[in-house]
Amino acid sequence: MEALLFERDTVLAAFWMTVRLTAVSALGSLVLGTLLTAMRVAPLASLRGAAGVYVSVARNTPLTLVLLFTGLGVGANLGVELSDDIATNNFWLAVIGLTAYTSAFVCEALRSGLNTVPVGQAEAARSLGLGFVKTLRLITLPQAFRAVVAPLGSILIALTKNTTIALVVGVSEASVRMREMIETYGDQVIEIFLGFAAGFVLLCLPMGLVFGWLSRRMAVAR
Amino acid sequence: MKSRYALFAVLVLATACGGGQETYASIVDKAKNDKKLVIGVKADQPGLGLRTPDGAFAGFDIEVARYVAKELGVEPANITFKETVSANREAFLEQGQVDMVVATYSITDARKQKVSFAGPYFVAGQDLLVRADESALTGPEALNGKKLCSVAGSTPAQKVKSEYAKEVQLQEERTYSACVDRVLGGQLDALTTDNVILAGYAAQHAGKLKVVGKPFSTEKYGIGLRKDDTAGRKAVNDALQKMFSDGSWTKALQASVGASGFALPQAPQLERY
Amino acid sequence: MSYANLYEAPGPRGVRRNRVLAAAVALVLLALAYVVYVRFDEKEQWAAEKWTPLLRGDVWATFILPGLAGTLGAAVAGVVLAGLFGLVFATARMSDHRWIRVPAAMVVEFFRSVPLLLLIFFAFFGAYVLTGFHVSAFAAVVFGLTLYNGSVIAEIVRAGVRSLPKGQREAAYAMGMRKNQVMRLVLLPQALRAMLPALVSQFIVLLKDSALGLIVGYDELVDRGLNGIAANFSNVIPAAILIAAIFILINLALDRLAHRLGAARGQ
Repeated sequence: MEALLFERDTVLAAFWMTVRLTAVSALGSLVLGTLLTAMRVAPLASLRGAAGVYVSVARNTPLTLVLLFTGLGVGANLGVELSDDIATNNFWLAVIGLTAYTSAFVCEALRSGLNTVPVGQAEAARSLGLGFVKTLRLITLPQAFRAVVAPLGSILIALTKNTTIALVVGVSEASVRMREMIETYGDQVIEIFLGFAAGFVLLCLPMGLVFGWLSRRMAVAR
Repeated sequence: MKSRYALFAVLVLATACGGGQETYASIVDKAKNDKKLVIGVKADQPGLGLRTPDGAFAGFDIEVARYVAKELGVEPANITFKETVSANREAFLEQGQVDMVVATYSITDARKQKVSFAGPYFVAGQDLLVRADESALTGPEALNGKKLCSVAGSTPAQKVKSEYAKEVQLQEERTYSACVDRVLGGQLDALTTDNVILAGYAAQHAGKLKVVGKPFSTEKYGIGLRKDDTAGRKAVNDALQKMFSDGSWTKALQASVGASGFALPQAPQLERY
Repeated sequence: MSYANLYEAPGPRGVRRNRVLAAAVALVLLALAYVVYVRFDEKEQWAAEKWTPLLRGDVWATFILPGLAGTLGAAVAGVVLAGLFGLVFATARMSDHRWIRVPAAMVVEFFRSVPLLLLIFFAFFGAYVLTGFHVSAFAAVVFGLTLYNGSVIAEIVRAGVRSLPKGQREAAYAMGMRKNQVMRLVLLPQALRAMLPALVSQFIVLLKDSALGLIVGYDELVDRGLNGIAANFSNVIPAAILIAAIFILINLALDRLAHRLGAARGQ
């Protein structure tokens, strides 16, 4: 226990980083995921194709590699610099990588949500004279969102845990600190592990509960 | 809580690999009787221990391992090289998965509690790797405002920040190759770790990278053996002594990292204990 | 699945507008690809000496194939053990006995919340402290994959059982089956079939996650393949592209297989 208490500032800072990474990437993934969903059902074949290819590439590549591509590919080779400060730059690169990966899963969830919206809804919207964008924005997507609250919750939990892989782009979040602490305090491995694990349980369990409650509340009665 | 511990234990045990093999008291006996050795080495460090496309290993550590093995009576063909990473070197020795470790393995008091060391066979020092056309970066003090790369979880970079250049920006990468890539690409200014490791990369990118050549620490690389193998330690030290004095040591070092322009040091003094 | 109901079939003007838009989209994508190409070219990422090693037979034999074997080995062991873990804990969580149900739920929720990376670290470093044995990197990876994915699979199976019509269970009891027979012969087989797509996606996750083994030096595609190749030829990006392509191909094949299985079972 002493190790965790002694290093509590480092541990808390690490979890704060986890929370920030999760929050910003979640927002980014929601936006990009929605956009990708709209592209996948769009009237333009080229948009559908591009989004389809993107989703299957991002979904099927290990996150380690996605983050490596953002760190080395986008960062070092494309020369994208988001900040002059390395730590800030790495943070945003990690956000880009996590967003690129997670948005593919958001897109898949939303698309299956669209499938639950009865055909009549879109047809009624069109008969009112709404175009594609308006039909999607006002009628079908809101219903799709309400149908997939629970899966989106699972994606958010997965994202929280996936932030541990941001160590690939040099972001010092919880997993990096845990590893360092295990190496320094070799005799307290179990306490350290349980401490960090408890941190993630504290973050993830409430999310599961909240999303479970939300999904029941928001379910579309049909 | 107890039951969860027990559950862990059972699951760990269930997935653990059991490895039963004949054990010898000393590496000397094993070499003499079996004529075979398993040696733990690094597999991803050019110039020191690198797995090459033909499946063999190459580098200075490998040459040292081969020489020592030969002195113990084991032909190169009968050596099995096994990749070790920093995290599992002690474990491999304790479990007998390897007979000795030659893998940029620094001799420290903490490690002496778990394994015994022959050597040192090389005294390295922390240094900087920079682009060949870089003239301003002459040492760790010049790093203020610069971007320095190191491998995740390593203390050397922290040391630069706390002792030499408070304004340095640190980038942690998972592998040295990634650091080298970013220094070559101009995105970062320098990479820090032991000079001989850096020399390996400088040799791989001859003309594009150079080692600054102002080491600011001392790391003694030893050959790790099982704890309490006193006979083995003596035999390996004797082999190293011979390697130093017959010129093979310098030749091996020259062949491995010479292309980097790295100033080759004298063979170190053995520390027999 | 077609989403054509979201928009009207375009008339002549719509067709023309769509063509222009399609061309614009294609142009933007091409421009993006061109920028990436040029920037990478400036950094010499397309240089032949970085790509030709990837075509060499000895590179495949020494780095990629052993890495692939490691990845698939960990994945297969992980799928089998996680499947077992999932079945056992799903059943336990649906038990009538509180003293089985509650601890099972705790275990499942715990391992669903802890990042796999932490589990693998812990298995690798903590096992010795707990048991006095050092575990191999393989064991640590499989341990993590099993507990994490097993917990997720337990939840998938449980959801599958709950989605079955009540009549199935009632009919089975009416025929005089015991609790264990109802679960084993009636509910689980149907639940597994219904949840096949979700199970396969989880197996894909598991396969990708095996790449985290690199953290403890397990010889899989990323550690042995990518890092091994990059250490020799300093071509991290080209090697990473190749390794990613291998993962994508395997996963797409798995996906295809799942669809085919689903279709064969008349779903």
